[in-house]
Amino acid sequence: MILDTETIKKDFPILDQQINGKTLIYLDNGATTQKPKAVIEAITEYYETTNSNVHRGIHSLSEKATKMYEDSRKAVQKLINAKSDREIIFTKGTTEAINTVAYSWGEANIQEGDEIIVTILEHHSNLVPWQQLCKRKGAKLKTVPLKSDLSLDMEAYKFMLSEKTKLVSFTAISNLTGTILPIKEMTKLAHELGAKVLLDAAQMTGHMPTNVADIDCDFMAFSAHKMLGPTGLGVLYGKEELLEEMSPFQFGGSMVVTVGEQNAVWNDLPWKFEAGTPNIAGVIAFHKALDYLQKIGLDNIREHDKELLAYAKEKFSKYKAVKTYSPENPEIASAALSFTIKGVHPHDIASIFNEENVAIRSGQHCAEPLSKVLGVSATARMSFYLYNDKEDIDRAMEALEKTLEIFKIEN
Amino acid sequence: MDLYSEIILDHYKNPHNYGKLDNPTISATEDNPLCGDDIQIDLKVENDKVTEVGFSGEGCAISQASTSMLSDKLIGMTLDEIKNFPNEEIYKMLGVQISPGRVKCALLGLVTAKKAAILSQIKK
Ligand SMILES: Cc1ncc(COP(=O)(O)O)c(C=O)c1O
Repeated sequence: MILDTETIKKDFPILDQQINGKTLIYLDNGATTQKPKAVIEAITEYYETTNSNVHRGIHSLSEKATKMYEDSRKAVQKLINAKSDREIIFTKGTTEAINTVAYSWGEANIQEGDEIIVTILEHHSNLVPWQQLCKRKGAKLKTVPLKSDLSLDMEAYKFMLSEKTKLVSFTAISNLTGTILPIKEMTKLAHELGAKVLLDAAQMTGHMPTNVADIDCDFMAFSAHKMLGPTGLGVLYGKEELLEEMSPFQFGGSMVVTVGEQNAVWNDLPWKFEAGTPNIAGVIAFHKALDYLQKIGLDNIREHDKELLAYAKEKFSKYKAVKTYSPENPEIASAALSFTIKGVHPHDIASIFNEENVAIRSGQHCAEPLSKVLGVSATARMSFYLYNDKEDIDRAMEALEKTLEIFKIEN
Repeated sequence: MDLYSEIILDHYKNPHNYGKLDNPTISATEDNPLCGDDIQIDLKVENDKVTEVGFSGEGCAISQASTSMLSDKLIGMTLDEIKNFPNEEIYKMLGVQISPGRVKCALLGLVTAKKAAILSQIKK
């Protein structure tokens, strides 16, 4: 393996857990990743030594907290190669980042008869905000389908794009099939027709290098908790000129410079979009997560994911009763392997895996339309990260065999 | 441990009263879209008493087995008795420890049956 998982595992206290003499194998990283000690300790340390409000005091604690908070923003800027830290807005997650664009940019720019394009791969958080916006505005929502090889139907996408398209909002990586979309090409095609592009990068930023200057998307949303960081924190990236034009989505303290009885003047970017006391401890701890990712290297994580997926697919494809939902081409497949077993409901699969102390997800993974298209009411999903190794997948295999045995499924 | 007892697996593989009724007095459906479960219960009711039950739909072993076990009990019950059927009875029939995450699965059939009973009374 390209990564030294034995050493990496030691950095994650939660993985050092035994149930019935079996170590915990965590394969639900698509939902959220575990946190390294450095991140956990940064939270405690912040509350023990630095706790205070940011941008609001001249006492030393507040100055220190403000500096650490803003340093973390710069680290995010560097991670995704944004032009300026004014383009980095902290939110409470991908969902809030997308809603910010829907309410702020969407309210002002989408009109009756306009069209918004999404793909069938979307997580509900990049679908429902657009459904609602289209309903409010009398706009039309179009969905790009999948091809049978689980890649996106680019011909259909090209066909759907028109002068009416005002926004294309799509996931970089599906959380269910793991499909990696041709994000650069899709962005370019949208821009040729004058549409803006929002990228849901929730499953990407922790798994491969992300370069917004190169992708050229107008907005990008992602969550800290899916890349070793704390929950309740995410990022909205937006091109400065767009953010500059946009109205705030939430109003209150911090997002204003001066307030009268009837009127207020908005603060500069990025604070204009950060109303109220933010998740300061989370932001500061997130910096440690980014340092950790940098140390391991996102290129290496991508190679590691590929290696694990190939190994898992090879193992799982041995069973006739098992069906996997993952693109055949490894270049467009990320770190998730969804599967079903004929005759066993995914819930039961996850229960038996759990008895073996292997944590996987089952259900529709917040992507109900995609499940319908794949023709399954639900799937079980293993999703990998940098601390997983082949032995973890072997343990998943044992759980799989146990499942087949309990349900007396022949192979 | 051993959530998947013989009896649960047996009901899952060979569910009792499985299938739709031709002329049900009342039908009710419930689903659990996040898990991918859906269940339909058809009842034939005569003089306020259930004479026939049919259930259909897809679900995990726990929801299917509990509905199958329940379906046997429903025959001969009055609509009021169904409405007052205690959750504990379901757990007792299943005979295994149900974790909080699986409560919804275990009770999906009962919730559907209660809905059918209520609908039937409203319809009258
Ligand atoms: C592709 C994708 N988009 C969006 C989200 C939503 O992220 P959050 O719940 O952190 O807002 C997720 C998380 O499950 C996801 O996988």
